[in-house]
Amino acid sequence: MFPAPIQKASPAGQMTYKAMLPAALILWLLPLIAVAVFSVKPAADFTAGNYWGMPSSFNFVENYGKVFFASDMPRYLMNSVMITVPTVIGCVVLSSMTGFALGVYKFRSNLWVFFMFVAGNFVPFQILMVPVRDLTLDMGLYNTKTGLVLFHIAFQTGFCTLFMRNFIRALPFDLIEVARVEGVAEWRIFWYVVLPLMKPALAAMAVLVFTFIWNDFFWAVVLTQGAESQPVTAGITSFNAQYRAAYHLMSAGSIVAALPPVAMFFLMQKHFIAGLTLGAVK
Amino acid sequence: MPSSTKASTLSSWYKKNEIAVTPWLFLLPGVAFFLLYVIFPIFQSINVSFYDWDGLGEAEWIGLGNYEELYWDDAFYTSLRNNLIWLVLYLLVIPAGLFIALFLNQTVTGIRLYKSLFFFPFVISQVVVGLVFTWFYDPTFGLLNQFLGVFGIDPINVLGDERYVTYGIIAAGIWPQTAYCMILYLTGLNAVDPEQIEAARLDGAKGHKMLWFVIIPQLKPATFIAFVVTIIGALRSFDLISIMTNGGPFGESRVLSFYMFEVALSEYGFRMGYGASIAVVLFLIMLCFIAYFLYSMYKEERGGR
Repeated sequence: MFPAPIQKASPAGQMTYKAMLPAALILWLLPLIAVAVFSVKPAADFTAGNYWGMPSSFNFVENYGKVFFASDMPRYLMNSVMITVPTVIGCVVLSSMTGFALGVYKFRSNLWVFFMFVAGNFVPFQILMVPVRDLTLDMGLYNTKTGLVLFHIAFQTGFCTLFMRNFIRALPFDLIEVARVEGVAEWRIFWYVVLPLMKPALAAMAVLVFTFIWNDFFWAVVLTQGAESQPVTAGITSFNAQYRAAYHLMSAGSIVAALPPVAMFFLMQKHFIAGLTLGAVK
Repeated sequence: MPSSTKASTLSSWYKKNEIAVTPWLFLLPGVAFFLLYVIFPIFQSINVSFYDWDGLGEAEWIGLGNYEELYWDDAFYTSLRNNLIWLVLYLLVIPAGLFIALFLNQTVTGIRLYKSLFFFPFVISQVVVGLVFTWFYDPTFGLLNQFLGVFGIDPINVLGDERYVTYGIIAAGIWPQTAYCMILYLTGLNAVDPEQIEAARLDGAKGHKMLWFVIIPQLKPATFIAFVVTIIGALRSFDLISIMTNGGPFGESRVLSFYMFEVALSEYGFRMGYGASIAVVLFLIMLCFIAYFLYSMYKEERGGR
């Protein structure tokens, strides 16, 4: 293990390390802690200039209540869910298929198709913006959740294919050979042999795509407008315009908007990290 | 019954060519989607960049006119310069992430929770990170200026000052990106071969020598991914700028991706052709990196199976 385990250090060294951990953490998360404190302060604290002192009263229920019951926030959250969940499902379906095709079969253009997905995944969004917006307008899907979902599925398929293909490549190929010798049809091999083995990779990918899509801002601005279809990342700006200078409400709103991916991360940490490292750093 | 014979010849044809045909059947939906939404639009954008077009009326072919305008456009050079600053400063997250990973790579009680809390900023959307940092920099009550005030330094309006604004936004972007690199390196450190470390220790290697000659070479896969995601993150920067300054003050915090959006889709007008030409420039910059990434992956593939 590197660096050398702290247990081998002197008692003083160990103490220093253990004291430094929480200090470093607080420093690291300071901006977030500030927002969390803001979000439970009463409005009066801000008008009185009490920004960084203790909250004069604990207004958790009032502030968050206002976010949930007196603003468009619940609608934006709902929109985000209705954009994110179908995208995740679509990506899982499409990329388990493409990943299977590219990971199992040897054919001449295999690597080229794979590189097309990888290269497309790295492209800057702006080069797609004008044509994709046009396409969405032409299909009558501008300012709809469906329009956003379709694009997200297509774009994320690039990343997901990269991920699935590498995972399937690392599976023992013998399993597939054996099934073939037994005369099992190819699609059955996909369904009964490979798919069950892909479960951890699918979970990792699902968590990751969920986070990416939930946090997407650019495409939400390009393809939607208004509370009927905008997700929460875009909605938070109009929320903030509505509550200009009401820092307690803006903080509470931001925390609510950020929470779902955070919850996802803490619940599925192992999968999440496996996904982020692309499964490459085992 | 001709239709059933037809069907049976088709199925027997499929049986014969099963191995060759199946991958394409599996690829079909994904590839079709990807071509429609990602690959074709790239070429369409390149095409649009040769036109003068407001997105609604007739597009007028003007050849390289948009690129000529870019050549004389000061805002374009400001954006390009800022993109370079982003790129260079963003690369600092790789050593920073490694540093934090080394700091946290211990086994003391609660370390797992520490690791996940350190990773926390990456999970939050950039929109929220942008808001948080906007308040952090606020000249009247922001934590930064409170802190500077302790040392008797006058408040600095980071986001309102053209000298600091880009660096202020980059700092906000570096925060979550460092967390990402940290997690890559933590996972990488887990996989470092303990026998090699012991062998190096017996040879008297310690501290930074050990790090440089034994550990970092073994972290190469993690470094590669960190490099890829960081470059892409730097060139994709849009959310933070849009949230924190909207390109201001006086357009000093623009980058290409933001300037393109501004030109093509904001109150300043709908100049799709001109916007597309900016996007093409950004794309060409990215293409250098993409080519390098693909080349590395290609070498890897050749080496492998």
